[in-house]
Amino acid sequence: MKDFGFGIKQSGVMDLDKADFTLLHEIAEAEPSARHCISCGTCTATCSAGKYTGFNLRRLQLLIRRGELQEVASRISECMLCGKCQWACPKGVNTRHIVMLINQKLHARKIS
Amino acid sequence: MKKAVIVIIGGGPAGMEAALCLAARNYKVYLVEKTNALGGHLSQWDRLFPKQTPAHDVLSDMTGKIRAHDDQIEVIYGTELLSVKRRIRGMEVLLANHTTLQADALLLACGFDLFRAERKEEYGYGIYEDVLTSADLERKFKDKKVLCHDGREPKKIAFVHCVGSRDEKVDNTYCSKVCCVTAVKQACEIKELYPEAEVYNLYMDLRMFDRYFEQMYHKAQSQYGINFVRGRLSEVSETAEGKIQIKTEDTLLGKPMKLSVDMLVLMAGMQACESAQRLSEGLDVPLSLADHFFETKDLFLHGNHTRTKGIFAAGACTGPKSLPDTLHDARSAAESIHRYLAD
Repeated sequence: MKDFGFGIKQSGVMDLDKADFTLLHEIAEAEPSARHCISCGTCTATCSAGKYTGFNLRRLQLLIRRGELQEVASRISECMLCGKCQWACPKGVNTRHIVMLINQKLHARKIS
Repeated sequence: MKKAVIVIIGGGPAGMEAALCLAARNYKVYLVEKTNALGGHLSQWDRLFPKQTPAHDVLSDMTGKIRAHDDQIEVIYGTELLSVKRRIRGMEVLLANHTTLQADALLLACGFDLFRAERKEEYGYGIYEDVLTSADLERKFKDKKVLCHDGREPKKIAFVHCVGSRDEKVDNTYCSKVCCVTAVKQACEIKELYPEAEVYNLYMDLRMFDRYFEQMYHKAQSQYGINFVRGRLSEVSETAEGKIQIKTEDTLLGKPMKLSVDMLVLMAGMQACESAQRLSEGLDVPLSLADHFFETKDLFLHGNHTRTKGIFAAGACTGPKSLPDTLHDARSAAESIHRYLAD
């Protein structure tokens, strides 16, 4: 059949009824400070990687809370693990440990 | 010398606390309450933020003290203020039950009304049975029974902040102050009752301004795993399974989202009580154009004075207040009245 270039766009609405919260629970269990994030963005403001790439740790933490793992997987390798965000975080979130955990858990899930 | 007389309109926390302070200064107080019981909204509440104090403990302590001062505080139930006539000395206060009281000062402590959530029709209050207001939920906590309309235990619950507050559509553009912390309190209480429940709080800003509030928010996240979503509810509908579907934007992600819940709690804000307009005209005490509550003479040195001599105001009738703020305001009003009468 001739391809006219039409298609059906996938809905951009996050459906929390179908979301996968297992990563959130695993990370929060291994690193309870993950629950303390208030999305202030200090981590992102201080992030060296974020200056040159689209890396945004505030956003990634929130995506995990909403079960949106694909975007997390596509970005997580941009972190250089320098740990500046951890120095800056006003809520004492162990951000470096969280990045390590995200890498580990996504690798185990074979999501990249 | 004859004891000076003060008439207080409203037997809620502000009216009661002011009555007790004035009685301690040896004034004669008439406390006019439109219902048949003292306590106002406090009597409908289960536990109080920030430390889960039983509302009943606070209320019974106050009503007990009022009873103990019955020689000085006379409570008049089931009626309200009709009009005030100025006299050379003081004023004549006419009540709806045809009683006339000679008063040296009048204190307005008529409180607030809860925003009628059915006015936000798109939120489904009065349409779907499991859409409640914060006050409805508080009554369920009081009855120790928090269930959906069909008797099921709720597994997913969402709280909607700012219902009837910060909303031009309903002409309430101000913040009601206590809804954010009440939502956090109630969300934690739901998790205490149902540890497995998934709880969402939809907020515009979290206004954790007072002592211990930020700690409550921290506990809601760390201990109870409550999900905070910055976004305002757009509309509610029903799913095929009879659940309540809610839509919002997660504004911190910039993505629209939806989820279905078993119970939706609307944090109804505070608004000026229904008699405020009538009293304002009759007493020449203007309402603020910004929020429709009584205007005071200023916000600093005359925060309980109205522009009309001898008429004072305290509590939530001069804008949304938490219970501690209301009690402080009532004490401050009593002091202002005392100074006025001493002059």
